[in-house]
Parts: sequence; C-alpha cells; structure tokens
Amino acid sequence: MSEVLVLIDALEGKVTKPSLELLTIARRIGEPSAVVFGDADTGVLSEYGAEKIYTFDDAAYSEFLVAPKADGVTQLVKDKNPAAVLVPSTTEGKEVAARVALRTESGLITDAVDVTVDGGTITTTQSVFAGNFTVAAQVTKGTPIIAVKPNSAAPEQAAGAGAVEAVSAEVAESSKTAKITSNKPKETSGRPELTEAAIVVSGGRGTGGDFSDVEALADALGAAVGASRAAVDSGWYPHTFQVGQTGKTVSPQLYIANGISGAIQHRAGMQTSKTIVAVNKDEEAPIFELVDFGVVGDLKQVLPQATEEIKKRKG
Amino acid sequence: MTKIVVAVKYVPDATADRTFEADNTVDRENVDGLLSELDEYAVEQALQVVEAGEGEVTVLTVGPADAADAVRKALQMGADSGVHVEDDAIAGSDAFATSLVLAKAIEKLEYDMVFFGMASTDGSMGVVPTLVAERLGLPAVTYASEVSVDGDTVTIRRDSDAATQEIEASGKVVVSVTDQTGEARYPSFKGIMAAKKKPVEEWTLADLGIDASEVGLDNAWTKVESYTPRPPRTAGEIVTDEGDGGTKLVEFLASKKFV
Repeated sequence: MSEVLVLIDALEGKVTKPSLELLTIARRIGEPSAVVFGDADTGVLSEYGAEKIYTFDDAAYSEFLVAPKADGVTQLVKDKNPAAVLVPSTTEGKEVAARVALRTESGLITDAVDVTVDGGTITTTQSVFAGNFTVAAQVTKGTPIIAVKPNSAAPEQAAGAGAVEAVSAEVAESSKTAKITSNKPKETSGRPELTEAAIVVSGGRGTGGDFSDVEALADALGAAVGASRAAVDSGWYPHTFQVGQTGKTVSPQLYIANGISGAIQHRAGMQTSKTIVAVNKDEEAPIFELVDFGVVGDLKQVLPQATEEIKKRKG
Repeated sequence: MTKIVVAVKYVPDATADRTFEADNTVDRENVDGLLSELDEYAVEQALQVVEAGEGEVTVLTVGPADAADAVRKALQMGADSGVHVEDDAIAGSDAFATSLVLAKAIEKLEYDMVFFGMASTDGSMGVVPTLVAERLGLPAVTYASEVSVDGDTVTIRRDSDAATQEIEASGKVVVSVTDQTGEARYPSFKGIMAAKKKPVEEWTLADLGIDASEVGLDNAWTKVESYTPRPPRTAGEIVTDEGDGGTKLVEFLASKKFV
C-alpha cells in the first residue's frame, strides 16, 4: 500500500482532534505517514494508525509563516511519491497545501467534508454556496492534495508502527521572509473548540451584549459558544467565535441559535448542522425557516429555564 | 510613493440563488454579480495606506465582461486606475491558473505591494494570495486583522484561534486582509463621478504572454464531478414561550438524546 502524508497540527505538543480525523481518513487511501513540524505526541499518532512519523525540527518553522513548512512537505512529496497529502483545512494548512501543490504541479481541493476512495480514485465532498449545494470533486493532476475540515470523520484508533524518522530539510532563504515577531497564545475558555464541537450554542443581537445565559446553557450541554456577526461587530464577543460566511463554518450535531435572526451571512456558517434549534423574540425571524425546533420568546427567560432543566435531568 | 495593486474578484451575489452551469462551473451569467464583499476590505486598506502618505492604488481583476463592474466599484471607492484581464480562454480556470494570470498581470505593473481579500465569497478557498506570492517569489503576510505600513515594511496583526501574532515583511509584499480590518467606505457621489474618468486598461492572455493551454476549465488540476442541492429542511416545530419555553426546549433535546 502506498503512503499518505498527513500534516499534523499540534498545540504545545498535543495533537488536535482534526489531525486524528485526518489519520482515520488517510487509512481509506493507504498507509498514513504523519508529518510533524516541531513537537507532537508521537504515541497518539501511532495509536491512530500512523505507520511512519516524519519529524522536522528547525527554528524557522515557528519563526516564519508557512513557506518553510511548504519546503519540508514539498521535499517529502518528491521523495516519497505519496498517494495523497491530507492537511487540516485551516488557514495554515491551506496555505502550506497551496504552495506544495503549485511546486509539485498537483491539484488541490480545500474545505472537504468527506473523502471516499473507489478503485484507487479519491473523491471529495465539499459544501458550497453557504451550504446550499454539495459538490463531488477529484484531483486530475499530480498528487491529490486535500484540505479536510474538522468533524469530517470520527477518529478511530488503529495501531500503527509509528516509526519515527527525523527529516532534515533545507529551508530556503527565500522562505524566511514573513517573520513572526510576536506570538501571544490566547487564553483557553475551557470549552470545546468551536469547529470541532458536537454542540454549539450561539448568541446574537438578541442577547443585548450579555452572553451569560448563552454560556451557561453551553456549559450545561458541554457545548462550544458561537456568536453572530452582529454580536461580534458590536464588540460583545471576540471575532474568533463568529459563525458565518466571514467567520467559522460549523456543522455540529446540534446548533442552538439564540437571539440570531438568521441572515444569509450567518446561515452560511451553520446551516449544514444536523439538528437546529432557535430561540428568538421575533416569530418572523428567518432562522425559524431552518429549525427542527423553535421557541418564540425572550432568551433571558427561556435559556435559564432550559439550563436549570438540563441540570435537574443530569442530576 | 507607495504603489499598491489590489486584486479583486467579481462574484455572484451571495444573497442571490447561486447555482452551477451544465459543465459544473459556477453560473456567472444568470446570477447578478458584484465586487466580492471581502475584497472591499482590501481596497479600503490600500486606500488608507496611500492616504496616510503618498501613493497610487491600481485595482486588478480577471473575469468576464461583467467583471468591469467590480473594477468600477473600486474606482468609485477611490482607487486611481484599473486593469481588467478578460479572455474567453480563462473561463473555468482553477486557483492555479487564476494565480498565473494575476501574477503575470502584476509583473506588468509597477508596484510595491499587492493587497487581496482573505478569500472570495464564491470559491472561498483563500489560497490565491499565497499562490500569487509563491509565483512572484514574494513574502506573503496573510489574514491580517490590522495592517500597518512603515516605508517598505508591512506589519500585520493576525488573530487566529490559538494566538494573536504580529508578522512582518519587507520589500515587495503580498498582503491579504480579513473583514476585521475595518468597515469599507461607500463610494461618495463625487467618487462615482470621478470614477468615470479614471483609466481602465483591458488586457488579454496574449498581452500577458500566457498560452490558452495554461488556463481554463480543460486545463484545471481538479474536476468537479457533480453537484447536488441540499435537500430542503422539513418544517420544524415552533412553540411560543408561555412560561415553559425552556422546559419544552429541553424536552425536544431529550427526545433527540442530546440530554
């Protein structure tokens, strides 16, 4: 079986859940080879099926934007001739993938939500036009390079050999041009990551700027918190939590929209959620066209009651 | 004197019913188009840079005849001149071919910096800025939520999920900006009138020394096999809160095993 390169994303050594999803998807195509820049827990990678683990170690990977990493992945693609390259569909993952694709004359598909293999042909599924269509696509030139969105597969454990191979790749001087001069890690909220969460509870204009009821419901459900553009633009919640066309696209099992009218901007980011619930004062709000269940009412009354009821049921 | 090229895209209106052509490409004929909203932020940032000092903004687009509308809108906002690359052979081009056409056009212009929006609102891959930088051998500082220019050094702030970073590059630079850089201005009446007299050059592939075999749908490195409309959502249950809305909500969640 041929190798499939998987670009691993790790935060302070901890491998992210989407990276494990990529390893699971890679096994549909061939033998996963994890590609690690800097530190990552190699034990977890082999538990999730990595047969090989290529490690790169150079200060340039954290001092400069993506170009040095693209040098490393390009070298691997040329040396190993893999069946495919999978990367997380993040800004960094997509930019590394784009540069590698151009350098190796390979087709690139971004934002895949599923990857299937039939007789060696890899087909991706993408959700496009604000989730109004799905598109099936294939790479027709070079090595298929595919950026896959979080939540596209359930990570499955599968023992892999996990043979670690340190790769020394030359970082071109021309790749050391976009210098990261300061890096301030964000404080974590302790909640699940927005794009990875099974449940998202979000708030909009109707919160009036007070997200405490939204956060309390989210915590009772073990959910991530999201916000509409109106709430973010009003300075009520940070932009990294924005769900919508210019923010995050989420596709959780359950999405609860509170005080969000459901403008196209917002729908673009959440309408592929499996189950949708909304609470809104305005019974004419377009969000109600999307919902499986809706409550016309004041979220300041409805949410605390729901939170209490969940706590009671959970005992 | 800072010369900035802003690359913009003419896209189908995101609020319209966007769809596809028979060849699985985006329908750009029957859906009203406009300057991609995300590119307005790039035009705005470029204008702010030249207004703070001295400079010129050239807006560049690649697209069919109607794409001239996107150039015009940017000129109305305050850009000084426009370039529209139009050639039938370009139709259906992927991100790689698009980046080739843009890079060749940019090389033909005098420039210090190239600004982009973070992504288009139709294809939304977000990779064209980095591909153009790769082709031109330039540094790329992308997904800026704040841009500052000091001489030939560009510093951006990037807010990612994990961290807030400052990133710096000097010399000729490619920059992409997010909607967090600040509201884009509306064209003033004066701006609309002035735009009519601003120069717009029209170039073809031949002007850029690009062969038709390097671009277009048939030479794309990926292929869309099929597209499927999302099945309509079946109407859900809507209740009005009569003091028990929260409880009813939880009953629904429990029925779906979320609680």
